[in-house]
Amino acid sequence: MLELRNLSFEVDENGKDKEIIHNISLTIPDKKLVVITGPNGGGKSTLAKLIAGIEKPTSGNVFLDGEDITDMSVTDRAKAGIGFAFQQPIRFKGIEVFDLIRLATGTKISVADACTYLSSVGLCAHEYINREVNSSLSGGELKRIEIATVLAKKSKLSIFDEPEAGIDLWSFNNLIEVFEGMRKDIKDSSIVIISHQERILNIADEIIVLKDGDLFMQGPREEILPKLSGTASSVKDCGKGMPQIQSSFSEKGECD
Amino acid sequence: MNKLDEIQKRLLSEVADLHTVPEGAYNIRANGQSAGRASTANIEITPRETGDGLTIDIKPGTKNESVHIPVVMSQSGLKETVYNDFNIGEGADVTIVAGCGIDNCGVQDSEHDGIHRFFVGKGARVKYVEKHYGSGTGAGKRILNPVTEVYMEEDSSIEMEMVQIKGVDDTTRTTIAELKAGANLVVRERLMTHGDQKALSIYKVDLNGEGSSADVVSRSVAKDDSYQKFDAVINGNAPCSGHTECDAIIMDRGRILAVPGLEANDVDAALVHEAAIGKIAGDQIIKLMTLGLTEEEAEEQIINGFLK
Repeated sequence: MLELRNLSFEVDENGKDKEIIHNISLTIPDKKLVVITGPNGGGKSTLAKLIAGIEKPTSGNVFLDGEDITDMSVTDRAKAGIGFAFQQPIRFKGIEVFDLIRLATGTKISVADACTYLSSVGLCAHEYINREVNSSLSGGELKRIEIATVLAKKSKLSIFDEPEAGIDLWSFNNLIEVFEGMRKDIKDSSIVIISHQERILNIADEIIVLKDGDLFMQGPREEILPKLSGTASSVKDCGKGMPQIQSSFSEKGECD
Repeated sequence: MNKLDEIQKRLLSEVADLHTVPEGAYNIRANGQSAGRASTANIEITPRETGDGLTIDIKPGTKNESVHIPVVMSQSGLKETVYNDFNIGEGADVTIVAGCGIDNCGVQDSEHDGIHRFFVGKGARVKYVEKHYGSGTGAGKRILNPVTEVYMEEDSSIEMEMVQIKGVDDTTRTTIAELKAGANLVVRERLMTHGDQKALSIYKVDLNGEGSSADVVSRSVAKDDSYQKFDAVINGNAPCSGHTECDAIIMDRGRILAVPGLEANDVDAALVHEAAIGKIAGDQIIKLMTLGLTEEEAEEQIINGFLK
């Protein structure tokens, strides 16, 4: 279980303090898939980075299973059981997909076992396992490899920062199945997905809405989802026919 | 191999991945003497009369054979210049493994300067692997100044993998290549310097024939107070294509100078140079830390991958 207590985060912008996260307290229970949504600029990705330890809060605390991890490094939080999938996956020259998955598992994993993680994110494993994680891979391929590394890490709490960003329609359908599969095998862990996608919201146990750095709403999906319709954070209708999948594309400027 | 001591055997495994006598033709040079030599039906190794090198004749059409000519030095204060000529017959397809390992536990400098000349026959294909390695705790330096000259006939190709990862204090590596029509040169250099080491890597490639091409890529890491210079010149004297790339990571107080040099003397010469020097990207380290690695472990993985 993850608990945030009075968490705030400020940055310096042109000599003035700007508050990105404002006094947020919330709990992510075990065995739940929680989706954090809300308008762009609302603080979602920052909150994810505060949980992973990539950013340090200005004030407030983060607890994992009752232990205060606020002052822990990224490494120690990872070891304590937090997994994080970057919104924009990192490229490496020379490091291969297999290396990354092996490092994620923290064991001497076999190629065959590593391949199962790639297959589960819809990649033809033998074509990718020895590829370098560099710019020869497309954005969608990198994204799926990023998710595979987090699957391989088997964390108590896995955070996915906009998994849908930068991937095509076919990959997205596949991805939904990946998250549905994770939901099924959740056991004692929990999953946090930052997303604008209605189809991802639809598989949530709980939904958290952030707006302007504040906790705007939190509750079971059945309760929150109906309230989202018609608000600024709901799915934008950008073209007829596929309203559910358009919003992420519209932000990327690819919806012509 | 029996003539080799344990240090020499270790050096041999570092530079040529050899644990026993290699298959095919070979010459092992240890402390200035031949410690073993074999020719094959197609590859003849003859010592120069002056005793300071070898002539390696590879018959035309020789396929899938290899030549190993590693050098190991474990005696402090030894300085030598060795001349090896490779005559590679038309249509041959061979692998040549060279390399030099120096262990210097003494106070005097040890130096090996290998002058390699490759005469690559028409249509021949060569894979050349050269590793340099230094070890030993003595104050004496480990110095390697290899000169490689490559003369390529029409439609020949050579792929050169040149690696110097550890322990060489001072090196000036000079590679000169002249290519006729349709010839193709590929160089993959990997270099890491540490301490107060210095490494200069100089390339001069003349693309003289129509359709000739060269691709010279260096990946390097400069740690501590070390210094590197990558000086790559390609002259395009015919319709040809040439590419040089210096991709470098600096750490600590390491310094790197990349000097691009492209000269197009033909309107259909297409030449490209790329250079990127910088420290390890912070987000690469953070990504590996989110997988549970410490900052130091993350750096090590990134460097190992980069130089793989």
